[in-house]
Order: sequence, then C-alpha cells, then structure tokens
Amino acid sequence: MVAQQPLRVVRCGGSKLSGARAAFSADAKYLLCASGDYVKVYSTATEECVHILQGHTNLVTGIQLNPQNHMQLYSCSLDGTIKLWDFTDGILIKTFVVGYKLFAFYTLAGSEDSVFVIIPKKNEDSLDSFQLVSVKLPKTPDQEVEAKELSLILDDIGQSPKCTAFGREGEYVASVRGLHLLVYFFKKKKVNRFPLSATSRKGANNYFTCVACHPKEDCIASGHKDGKIRLWRNFNHKREYTFSTLHWHHDVVMDLAFSVEGTSLLSGGVESVLVQWRDGSDCKKEFLPRLGSTIEHISASPDGTFYCTSHTENKITIINSNLSVSAVIQGLVKGSDVKTGLVVDPRTKALVLNGKPGHLQFYCLQTDKQLYNLDIVQQEYIHQIGLNQVDLVKVAFSAQGSWLATVEQREEKETELELQMKLWNYDEQTQSFTLNTRINNPHEDHVTALCFRDTDELEDGTPTLVTAGNDGRFKVWVLVDDSDSEKRSMGWSCDFVGSYHNYPATNCCFSEDGSLLAVSFEETVTVWNSDTWDLICTFCHPPGRIQNLCFGRLSCSKYLLGTTDNGFLCCWNLLSCALEWSAQLNVMVLQPDPLSENIAAVSRLSEGSDLFVFKPNEPRPFCIQRNVCRERVQWAVFIPKDVPESIGSEKHQWLSRSQLYFLTETQDLLTFSTKSTEERLTPSSKQLAVEESLPMTPFYLLLGKHRHQQRSKENADLGTAVVQSHLAQDSPAIKELLHTPAHVLPSASFLCSIFINSMLISKENKSAGEVVDEVEMDSEKAEDESDEDLELTEMEQDINPTEFLGEITQTKLSKSQEKQLRKIRRMDYSWVAAL
Amino acid sequence: MGEFQVHRVRFFAYVPAGIRCVAHSPRSARLALARTDGALEVYNFAANYFQEKGIPGHETRSTEALCWTAGDRLFGAGLGGDISEYDLEKLRVKYSLDGFGGPIWSMAADPSGTQLAVGCEDGSVKLFQVLPDKIQFERSLDRQKGRVMSLSWHPSGTRIAVGSIDLLRVFDVKSGHAIQRILVDRRLQGLYSRECVVWSVAFLSNGTIVSSDSVGKVQFWDSEKGTLLETHPVSSSAVLCLAVSEEEDSIVVGTSEGAVYQFQLLPVKWGSAESKWVRTKPFQHHTHDVRAVAHSATALISGGLDAQLVIRPLMEKVHGKGYDAALRKFTFPHRRLVSCAKKAGLLLFQFPQHLELWRLGATNSAGKDGDILPVSRAPEHLLQLKSKGPEHICCSCISLCGSWIAYSTASRLHLHRVHLENGSVSVKRVSKVPKLLCSAHQLLCSADSTSLFVASDQGAVHVLKLLEPGGCGHLQTLRPNSGSTEAVYLLAASADGDWLAAAGGDWEINVYSLRHFKPHCTVPAYNCAVTALAIHPVTNNLVITHSDQQVFEFSIPDREYTTWSRKVQQHGLHKGWLERDMPITHIAFNPKQPTHILLHDTHMFCILDKSLPLPDDATPLMNQTSLKQLSEKARRGHAHAFKICKKYQGLGQ
Repeated sequence: MVAQQPLRVVRCGGSKLSGARAAFSADAKYLLCASGDYVKVYSTATEECVHILQGHTNLVTGIQLNPQNHMQLYSCSLDGTIKLWDFTDGILIKTFVVGYKLFAFYTLAGSEDSVFVIIPKKNEDSLDSFQLVSVKLPKTPDQEVEAKELSLILDDIGQSPKCTAFGREGEYVASVRGLHLLVYFFKKKKVNRFPLSATSRKGANNYFTCVACHPKEDCIASGHKDGKIRLWRNFNHKREYTFSTLHWHHDVVMDLAFSVEGTSLLSGGVESVLVQWRDGSDCKKEFLPRLGSTIEHISASPDGTFYCTSHTENKITIINSNLSVSAVIQGLVKGSDVKTGLVVDPRTKALVLNGKPGHLQFYCLQTDKQLYNLDIVQQEYIHQIGLNQVDLVKVAFSAQGSWLATVEQREEKETELELQMKLWNYDEQTQSFTLNTRINNPHEDHVTALCFRDTDELEDGTPTLVTAGNDGRFKVWVLVDDSDSEKRSMGWSCDFVGSYHNYPATNCCFSEDGSLLAVSFEETVTVWNSDTWDLICTFCHPPGRIQNLCFGRLSCSKYLLGTTDNGFLCCWNLLSCALEWSAQLNVMVLQPDPLSENIAAVSRLSEGSDLFVFKPNEPRPFCIQRNVCRERVQWAVFIPKDVPESIGSEKHQWLSRSQLYFLTETQDLLTFSTKSTEERLTPSSKQLAVEESLPMTPFYLLLGKHRHQQRSKENADLGTAVVQSHLAQDSPAIKELLHTPAHVLPSASFLCSIFINSMLISKENKSAGEVVDEVEMDSEKAEDESDEDLELTEMEQDINPTEFLGEITQTKLSKSQEKQLRKIRRMDYSWVAAL
Repeated sequence: MGEFQVHRVRFFAYVPAGIRCVAHSPRSARLALARTDGALEVYNFAANYFQEKGIPGHETRSTEALCWTAGDRLFGAGLGGDISEYDLEKLRVKYSLDGFGGPIWSMAADPSGTQLAVGCEDGSVKLFQVLPDKIQFERSLDRQKGRVMSLSWHPSGTRIAVGSIDLLRVFDVKSGHAIQRILVDRRLQGLYSRECVVWSVAFLSNGTIVSSDSVGKVQFWDSEKGTLLETHPVSSSAVLCLAVSEEEDSIVVGTSEGAVYQFQLLPVKWGSAESKWVRTKPFQHHTHDVRAVAHSATALISGGLDAQLVIRPLMEKVHGKGYDAALRKFTFPHRRLVSCAKKAGLLLFQFPQHLELWRLGATNSAGKDGDILPVSRAPEHLLQLKSKGPEHICCSCISLCGSWIAYSTASRLHLHRVHLENGSVSVKRVSKVPKLLCSAHQLLCSADSTSLFVASDQGAVHVLKLLEPGGCGHLQTLRPNSGSTEAVYLLAASADGDWLAAAGGDWEINVYSLRHFKPHCTVPAYNCAVTALAIHPVTNNLVITHSDQQVFEFSIPDREYTTWSRKVQQHGLHKGWLERDMPITHIAFNPKQPTHILLHDTHMFCILDKSLPLPDDATPLMNQTSLKQLSEKARRGHAHAFKICKKYQGLGQ
C-alpha cells in the first residue's frame, strides 16, 4: 500500500433498485435485485442485504436464476458480459463476454446451453432498433469465456425487458413494440404479427407497454398505454386469434406478471395499486392499494409464496400471496429534483434529503439503508398530472441535531406563493422529531437559505436560526419560553429582521463559533455581529453575484469564502477586512469539511466537473481531481466517518476523517475511494449454510416436524450414541468440507484422508467399545426388522452358486448366535447382586 | 338557380318496433326475425342480408319464439298460446294451433326437424309432431312447477334442457321424465337477487349445457352429473339470450345493457384436447336490451328493443374485404313506406296501423345553388287514415294526382277516393272492392291514375280499373308464363302506361304489356334479390338494382340489356360502391336530364350520370367535396358517373 493509489470515483450505494425485475431464489428466501452495477441479495424475511455481487462495470440490466441450477444466478449488464454467480456465497463463477451492450436477459429451462439477450442492432447507431438473439454459452472450464455464437431470433423489437416474454415451456417468444405484437414460434420458426389500430373512436390508446406469457397455457397478456390489458389466445393462427380485454387501470400499465401456476395475473401502474386478476376474468379482481408510488416491475417467486413490486421511489415491496405486504426494502428515494440539498443529520450521521413527496428521508450510507422517513408536509399525496404539490425546499439541522428547520412551498402561479417554515424538536423518548413551531409565510418571497447558529455547546446560548429570503430580508428566529402557569411550552419567534439596500438575500452562514453571521445580498457580502445584530463590514469585490458562502473552520476560522456567478472564488480575511486571495474558478458547489479546515469546491468547465480541495489559508489546492463526472454536480457533502481511516497517501489524507459525497444532475450519488478495485471486490466473508437453502414447504413442515420429533426421540433413547454424530459435526474439517461450495474445494482424493480422520473417534473421549455396545443394544428392534429383509434377499439368492449360500448361512448362524447372546445379556442379573 | 328544389321532410315519425326474437337457419342461410308488434321479417344472407320477405304484424299476436324446421318451414309461438306456421310464399300465417299450456315462452325444433318442443307458462313441455302440412300434438313431458323460459334439444334428439325460474332441468325425451334438476345460484359476487330466471339455454353435443340468466352470468353445466363446470359473470344485469355456432366453438350472448359478448372455446395448449371457454369480444352496438342473438358462420347477429338488427362479421372468418366484412345495422325495413303524389305535391306515409297524408311546403322565392329558401307555406298534415281491425297495414300507395289512396292489410284491400278542394279534404271509401283479391303485397297506381296494380300471390298482378267518382272494377289478372309460386313484391309502371314490370320472391322480373294485358318478356335471370325497379319515362328502359349493389338497365322495347348496362358489366362497378352495406331502396329519374338515374339507400343519395365515364378502383368514389375545390375545367376531367351525397343537408347541390 505504499504505492500511490489513484483516487477513484465510485458509486456508493443508494443506486436504483428498480432498474430490472427482481428475482426470487427457488425457495423464496432471497430476493435478488439489480442495483446499479451490482446485484444485491436480500433476505425476504429480514429485509437485510445478505450479499452484494460486484463485478459488472456498468449497469446491470437483467438477472435470472439458472434454470439448470437454482443456486446460481445469471446477470447481464451494459458492459457486454453475462456473469454466472453463486448467490448464496456471493461468488462469481463465470463470465461470458458477449461484446454488445446487453439490455435484457432471458433463460429457458429447455435450452441448456443458450440464453437470450437483447442487443442493439449491428452497425446501426439508431437508438431504437434492437434485436433478440440467442447466445450459445460455451462449456469450458475457464473463468472468462468469449461467447460469440449469436443467432438472431427477432428483429426490430423494443429495448425494455418488459416488452419481451417467453411462453410456456419456451415454445414461443412474444415481443411488443409500438402497435404490434410479434410472436415467434421456435418449432415452426415462424413469426406471427398482430397489429392494433392506434386509436379507436372511444379514445383508446392501444400502444403496447409490456407483455407477459402464461406459464401453463397458451395465453399472452399485454399491457397498453390507456390502462387496458389484453389476453391474447389462439395466436398460433394468423387470422383466428382472439383477445379479451381487462380494464381497471386508468393510466399506463407498467408491468404484468403471471403467478407461477398462471391462475392469477398481476398488474400495476402509476396508481400504485397492485391488481390481481383471477382466471383472467374481468370480474374477479383483488387489489392491494397504497403501495406508495408507481409500480415499475412485478415478479412472482417460483414457489408461489411471494410477489414483489419495485417502485419508482426506489423501493421493493415483498407481498404475500394473499396480498398483504410482508416486507419493504427501501433504497435511497430519488425524486426528480433534490431541492433540499445533501444535509447530514449530526445525531445519526445519516444523509438527509428529499424523499417521497413531502417527506424527508434519513439515509444511512454505511449500511446503504434508509433509516426513516419524516413526513414534513403531512398531507395526502395525490397523483395527478398537472397538480401542484407542496414541495419541501430547505432543511437545516442545529449543530447537535436537536432542532430541525424545514421550509415547504407551493407555487400555484407566479404571484401566489404558499410558504411554511416548520421547526422540529428531537424528542429523546420517541426518538424522532416532533413539530414545535409552524410559521406561515416567514418571508414574502422564496426562502433562499437558512442556517442554525452552532451554540449548542454553549450553556447560555439560545438556539438561533437565520433565514434569508428573496424579499430582501434576513430574519433571525430564536427559541423563546412562552410557558405560562398551566402549560410549559417553547416556541420560536422572530427576533430581528435585517436588510441591506433591499437587495434579495441569497446566502447566509454563521462562523464556527457563532459570533459572526455572513449574509450575501446579490453582489455584496455583509457580516453581522450575532449578539447585537449590527452590521460590521461588507465585501463586494470582485463584482459578481454571490452563489456560495462559507466560513473557514478551526485554524482558518478568520477566513470567509465566497463564489460568484462570474467565475471567481474569493477568500476574505475577517481580521483585516480585505480580500486575501481570489482565484478564477467556476465553482458550482463549495462545501467545508466540519472536522477539518479543508474545503471542497467542485467547478464546472465546458464538460466534466473538477474537484479542488484546499485550505483557506493557502490559495493553492492540495488535491485536484479532474473530471470526476460528466454531469453537473448539484450538491456535495462531507460525512464524518465513524472510525478515522488510515490512508497512506499524503495527498488523500483529507479523506481520512470524513467522506465526500456528491450528487450529480442525473441523481447519481458518488463518492471517492482510494481502495483498489480488487480490494473492493473481495467476496464478503459471510457464509450461508447449505441446509438452510432447502425449501421450507408446508409439506416439509408437516413431515419434517414429525421426522424431527422421531429423531429427537431416538436421540433421547440412544443417549450417548448421539455423541458420535455430534463429534463428527463438531469437527472443523467436516464443517469446512460440507459448507464450502464444491467448486472451490480441492480434489476429493486430497480431502479423503482428512475426512476419514475426522470421522474417527479419539480414544481419550470414551471407551469406544462401550458406546458401540449400547448402540447395538438399543437399536436391536430395528435390526430385527432388517433380518426379515435379509431373509427375503436370501430367498432370491437361492439360485445363486452354493459358495455364496454357504457364506450367507454362516452369517446367519453368527446372527442367531448373536441374538442368543444378546438375550442372555439382557436377562436381569440384578438378583446376583442381591445375593 | 339550383337543379332541384329539395324538401326536407322531417315529419315522418315512423318508429320501428323492437326485435323480440330471431331464428337462423344455416341450411337456407336465412334469418327470421319477429318484432314486438308481431311483424315477421326474413333476411337472406346469400342476398347480402337483404330483407326478402315481410309479414305484417297483428295486434293480438306477439311472437316469443321462432324456429325453422327442415330448413324452410318457419314456426312461431307467442304469449297468446298459439303455435303458427308461416306461409313464406303467400306471406301470411298459414294456420294456428292452440298449445293448451298457457302463454308459450319458448319453442325449439329437434335436430331432425320432425318434432317441436314448446315450453309453456304452466310448466309443461309439449311435443308436437311436424307433418307435411300441419303439426299435431304428440305428448307432454312430465309437468313441473314454474314456467319454462327456455329450452334446447341435445343434437342427438334424446334430451331436452329446460330453463325455468331458479332451475335447469334435463328431460329424457323417450320416457318424458326429468332426469336432472339443477339449481341455479341467485347470487353473483355477493349480490342477491330475488329470483334467477334462466333466460336461455343451449345443449351442446358433448353434454354441456350453457345457460344465461337474469343475474348476469353465463354458466356451463355437465348434464350427466348435474355439476357446474364454469361460471362467467358477464353483466350486472340480465343476460337475455345466447346462441351457439354450428361448430360449437363459439357462443354469443346478449345482455339487457345492450352489450353483446362472444365466448370462444379455445385450446389451453396447442395440440392438447383440453380447451376452455373464454369471453373474448365485447360489442356495444345497441342502446337497449338485446333480446335476440344468432350465430351464423361468419357473423354475430343481434337484435334489440332499440329495433336494430346488427350483423357484426367475425373478421377471422371472412376472407378479404367485401359484402361480408361490413358491419351492418338495419333499423328500417327495406320496403317503401312513403309514396308520393308528384302532381299534387302530396306524401303518403305508412305506419303499422294508420296512414298519414301530408302536403309538402312551398316557396315562392328562388335562390342560388345551395341556398336555403324561405318557406311560404308550411307542410300540412291533411289526413290520418286509421285501419280497422287488428291487422297491420302491409302496403299502401297514392295515385300521382293524389286523388286515390289504396292500402292493404293481410286480408283486405282498401281503396279511398280523396277530394282536395281549396284546403278542405274529404275521403270517401270505395265500398265494392272486388273480393277475389285476398291480399296485396304491393300496390301501384298507373301514371294517369286510371288503374291500380295489385301485386299478389303466385306471381300474379291484378289490374283494377279506377272509376270516377269513386268505384273500381277488376280489369285483368296478369300471370307470368313461368308459373312462379312466389309473391310479387316490387312493381314498376311506365309513364306512358304501356308497360308494367313486376319482381317476385324468386327474383324473376316479368314485363307485361298493358295494351294487350299479356306478358311481354322476362328479364334474364340474375342470381340476387331485386331491391328496386323503375321504368324510365322517356326511353322505357327498366332500371334494376340488386342486393349485391349491381345496377342493370334493360330496354323493354328491345327486350335486351342496353349498351350502357353492358358497358357497366364489362367495366365492373367501383369497389367502394360494391362494398356498401345497404341496398338501394328507390330509383327515380330526372325528367330534364334523361341520362341521370337517381338512387338512394338509408345512408346516401346518388345521381348516376350515364354520360360520364365509370370510375376505376383507383379513383375515389366519393369525390364531390374534393371536386368542389377544383376549377371548372379540372372538375370536368375528374368527374365520374357516381355523384354521391351522404349529407342530406346539401342534397340539391
């Protein structure tokens, strides 16, 4: 680790869980879902992430269990590879390099060595031209294999995996695109094309959106833009095909799935209601409403116990077959726009940002899990196009996290602005925030910034909040005790209103010790004394609208930094009240590290964003990272690490105590990592026991319980005999042997001796003879039965040559002798003792 | 100045009666249809769904069930308790027989066509034997409680499935015992209804019984075990009727919400014998209850209380675009209900039980082409003539001068002399109408109003002399040489009074010379129904339209098709013209333009200009609006013989 490791930009979780249909393991114990470049394995019972399968270098677009081995998983990605995983252990088994961008992946139980993928059309750059091809997977022992044997199945189809489905036993494949349904029959090698008219007189919109095939019958279900579902039958006839229509959805049908036996069809869409249609009948339908947001994908588990829906708000809901929600796996909720920016909750170190509409989400980046949702707006969200919703726009935490300030707004027209500021107090007892004060219209115009004064550590300091508004004012709010004799209550009220030439206030921030407040008004930065609220000084050069403003920290607390919209980064010295230095840099985001003097600035050039990390006392940045991403960086935040990391490289020392996260325009949350790829890709040490993955069917429960009881009874009878088996199981060698996947084990001949050794009973444990004796004694009854069996076999063997017969009679003789012996032994000789 | 003055007649308030039941005969490809007023119509599928025959209604007759036996005999039964056979040649009821079981709700013929099963109000199922010239009561099956709403024979003829209130029964025909009694659930998805009327049943050859009931479900039962196989909730209201295709792979049901659904027997997997019934296509063409459905080989046919007969082709069964592929909706009869006295400006409207005489409005101003002229005299209702007796009017006519009105019911011909004297109207009935005329199927006055032509049975046309001041006498009876048995239903007389053309039910057109009162010639036979006839006033050419949309012109003096007609046949008519779904019901001529023939059907009005070239399939048939935008010169180049107007607003243009 002495060698300089390059700083790499990595996706750091929070990536989309709903990119592709999720898959269940055969026993429905695990849910597998594509998440960014990874495949995540979740436990359906605990909602915990068990494994992360890492290896793809681009978005994973499709996952499917290996039909030949249900412990294995295929995944395909835009990076052009198909990977085969052992998902119970999180091990990559094989990589097949196809060489085209793969958009969807299908396997069939019938075809062992070939799989189906959707790839872009050859030699064509047009974005909407795709083809379904079958890929022959070569059978070679190598880890990485080139799979170049492609054969075209269907041409000119849709890109989405939802638009293609394989029918009963792989007899046919159906694909929809635009207004056409294509069905390709593998046996006859024939394509049937069924067109629909674009619109009808009744205003139908017949464009196809998705397709699903009945697993047992020849029936294709297709979803349409106007919310209709059509069930196609008889489609092997060009003319005499027929369809029936199911209609409940009022908007686009997003996905369709049949249950395992095909008795029910599931559909979902923007209504966020899962509809279950029984027997393909319009009249027999059941609903699971209020699932939160638009259903994007639906899948059913192979054993029929669960369904799962993935939603646009990055959520996967696992649903019992009786349509009750069993578990929810919530990822980072990504709306269209993060208005609140990235904020850190000082208490939990969680990332806080806009969640569901009107909610604030607390997201733990270490575990890549949502901690909780705080309903800020507290209004029912109604999905309707063109409806203006109340939006959460600003969030700020006090230094210790005991206060939370939120601003929500709703803008019906230009002139009508509804603003509301809410202050929340952290309640230790309920471990959540409770609403303390609600302030209607804190400013006449948009609130541009708000910040708390970090006075929590000071005993006397009252909590203070400053808001800046476009109406040219900044307001200071303080917590006042307005409790009377009956009721103790604390509330926030306005303490001071400041303005500067009625310019709109754009930014505000407190110095580290809370003694100074800097507020920027258009091109001017004003500095105020926070005790008396007097204007101390102003900075206004170089000219340019102030976009970001922050104070230096720790040893650099005498500096104030600001960026302007004409591309300058300025650093003012507060002692001399003069410009210390300025640099020409088009800074988009300026973010100070709360634990050090470091300040990160992300600048944007014509294309690509660059990161600069510097200390305010030096105009020269100590870390420059060019081209961290192609898009514009919207927000960045330093999140303190729980344990400071030791980083060898001097240059990357700034990452040791806190981690810099940033959010791009495309809502990708990225971070920096100094670790090499190999390090990140080491398989997780978690091991799963083999027997755990046997399916727990009701049948098993019934029989298995009985057997278990029997066994335990036997064990009780056997008493010490159990010791032997325990012994064997306890041995680490056997454990290792049994619990390690077969393909990573050394050869059997090598293991044999270890295995045999482990089975032997060590002498010092107990006298072996005693144990064996007792075993025989108690299992006598069983042996009697087997004797009968033996006799039967003897009868059959009578025809055999006599030499065999002799042998058998010999054994029989010995048996009878043995029996006699045993009988004698069992006799009660206690009377001897009495003598 | 426009070419015509167009009267907009909005005072003919004819309300067609609702359709009560239909019966489809696959063998003769005909559909019999009974309306709520007792009228019966027969549509011929082979002749492009033309309404071939009509039997006028009767006040006391209400037909609840119709059935064909042996392909061409038609029986009807109704709530009057009578079973009647219809005479389709003479277009009247042949005989009636009391079923002695109270009102009859259902009737079905056995597969061999030798027996009729009748379901009665008193709960009995009676069997009648079909003899060559009558039917005879044979026996009654075991009488059970509850009226018999529906019944269906098993294709083997040994079992009958009977639908009653809350119950389904299966009878063994031989023993007459009920061998199965199945209770039908009154409930559908938790909703209870007071009773469950099994409106319709069908017995399939594999022993499955299909039932539709008032709760709104279609159910499939195993007749051997009496168990329910499948339930399909179709509607929240009653499912009134169902029909099975001949191959038994498709069922059509009609609901009281006006929707029609198709069920198809589809294989669950290819190549496996297992198949199931799937509700596939919903159609909503009716506004009211669908009381009757039928399933032909290529189409679903439904008739409702909104008086519409809808023929919805099954696109997968018809090949190519053509007559069969069009959706047809018949509301009005394919018969003439309006007659016009050209000289007097009078219109006679025919209603089932009365006639109305109106005087057309008039204007004294003139305008440009397309102008709406102010009405100086509003149209005037002059007379309402009620027919006596329970029988409905089957045809009527007014003479060109407006002084004679004739109408006929099934049993009587009535003749009236009308006197119009400066505003006052008086009617005098002609009492002594010759008795030999038992019924008339079509009436026509000669151009000079001196004789009345009465179309009658067996191809005969009676000529009556109209005598002033109010009398008549039988002059002659014209009979065709061929000895046809079918009734004449279309007549056309020449303006000069020399010729009379008559078309009968066997589609034969005879031309008679009125000078000699003998057959002049017969138009060469054409294998399709005649929908309209007219003789040109100048050239004496007979113009004939057929239900397959062909137009012929036959020169009576030369006894051959005219050269124009031959040219039309050689060239072929435009595809768009041939694919129209309605028959031409009327032909007229423009006296100023001898080359023009005026044609119309329910949806369009067409001026056929013989002087212009015939259109090719490539040129659009309806080009009137596009022609209007062209210059005068270009218009002449693009014009073709068919000038079609679908919007009656601008008909005169």
